[in-house]
Amino acid sequence: MSAVISAQNLHKSYAGQEVVNGVNITINKGECYGLLGPNGAGKTTTLRLMLGLIDPDGGELKLLDHTVPRHAREARLRVGVVPQMDNLDPDFSVAENLLVYGRYFGMKDSEIEARISALLEFANLTHKKDVKISTLSGGMKRRLTLARALVNDPEIIFLDEPTTGLDPQARHLIWQRLRELTAQGKTLLLTTHFMDEAERLCHRLAILDQGRMIAEDTPRALIARHIEPQVVEVFGERVTQWAQQHAAQYAQRFEVSGETAFCYVEDAQQLLAHLRGHGELRYLHRPANLEDVFLKLTGREMRE
Amino acid sequence: MPRLSLRFVPIWRRHFLVWKKVAATSILGHLADPVIYMLGLGYGLGSLLPQMEGTSYLLFLAGGTVCYSTMNSASFEALYSGFSRMHEQRTWDAILNTPVTLDDVVLAEMLWSASKSLMAGVAVLLVIWLLGLSHTPLSLWTIPLALLVGLCFASIGLIMTALAPSYDFFMYYFTLVITPMMLLCGVFFPVTQLPPVLQTASAILPLSHAVDIARPLLNDALPPHAVQHVAVLLVYTMAGFYVSLVLFRRRLSR
Repeated sequence: MSAVISAQNLHKSYAGQEVVNGVNITINKGECYGLLGPNGAGKTTTLRLMLGLIDPDGGELKLLDHTVPRHAREARLRVGVVPQMDNLDPDFSVAENLLVYGRYFGMKDSEIEARISALLEFANLTHKKDVKISTLSGGMKRRLTLARALVNDPEIIFLDEPTTGLDPQARHLIWQRLRELTAQGKTLLLTTHFMDEAERLCHRLAILDQGRMIAEDTPRALIARHIEPQVVEVFGERVTQWAQQHAAQYAQRFEVSGETAFCYVEDAQQLLAHLRGHGELRYLHRPANLEDVFLKLTGREMRE
Repeated sequence: MPRLSLRFVPIWRRHFLVWKKVAATSILGHLADPVIYMLGLGYGLGSLLPQMEGTSYLLFLAGGTVCYSTMNSASFEALYSGFSRMHEQRTWDAILNTPVTLDDVVLAEMLWSASKSLMAGVAVLLVIWLLGLSHTPLSLWTIPLALLVGLCFASIGLIMTALAPSYDFFMYYFTLVITPMMLLCGVFFPVTQLPPVLQTASAILPLSHAVDIARPLLNDALPPHAVQHVAVLLVYTMAGFYVSLVLFRRRLSR
């Protein structure tokens, strides 16, 4: 496996505050790699550093064999970016957006036009080719942004929160397309707040918090290493009282958040039997997931 | 130092393609503005005024209008449209993710704003010809002058765009810089009418130098000190571009 992105001991601070603090990441060709973290964890800054849009305060960065930021321009010729906020050109039609964007890569108009119909098909936007951007739904805009990021047939695609703000149908379609890209051998680097998204799509992922990488592995390995395999969520008005009296007895670990007690267990049978005797409490038994790992490692307090 | 390249070309073409969609209204605006000013002020004031510096007031005003109209075009484009592309629509962010750098983006903004001035300058010249004010071939030199005035005010304007927190900020620039420039630089009346202090101030301002070139040209005369005037406009252009680029780099390095 060959590394296409590598960051060693990456540092960046703003006004004395370390936003990225000693991050090491190596991403191999063909991988889908996820960056998870609460707001302000340094995900977007890490992406911007890797693209050479901002200069690091310290560390070594390589993108497709080019030293970044010094040779970021050459590297970006072979990279596509789906930004967090939509920045399609509102004055242009769908096809014009692709044409104009391709020109920034130094592509000839004929070269771009030859790609447009395939890109629109990929984005399910063939029927919208000549309409204005303002008439597109949020999901369509995201798909067009993804198609735009592919105009130069990039080897690596950076995606900053690609499905934020989309409804479930639109999100599933984006996921499907991202899996197709991985199947084609493209390397994907994405940030997300959605744990199910990371769990479904990413081969490996890193959890960032306050500028540091606090965990990195495959989704399964992260769950296996950091958390008990089963979770029982117990709800009800008197759940706090119940938890104080009984939870420790049945669960390896528990947390109360609002009106829910999260009980992390190796084996749930005894706890479930106990709960069946407490009709006033409702409960949900499920396997542990990435969100449990995330909340355990980054805490439940709000980050604002 | 600015690192310039031809990669600004696709960005300039992007701005041009947007403009093409509203070309008819834009051209109409470029034509209507000088017509209204010159007919209104020119005939209105002109009928009260004797000859002005040896020509009709209308022709005197025409020389000023070429400059002030091109100044306005570049300023509006660099401030309002530039800010929209940088801040509101995030067009710059999209472009910067490609192999294009900020220097290319800022250069494209400056050249595009100057292109708008060029269009405005040609429009004013057409009006001058159609009104029969000037027929001299020398008047054709106002076309490259319009481009130079455009470059100058685009790069000064971009400093404001780089500093602006919002559109409201631009009102200060128009009230405190552009309007005084229009009144102090001999657009509507000769600078010699001003008290000495203001004459000195006027000599520093770029628009005076543009007016000093344009007015003789329309009157079929070679402008005295043309080289110095052009040099002043070029210095403003380069200094403005440099300062704005430094400020944009700082603003967008977050």
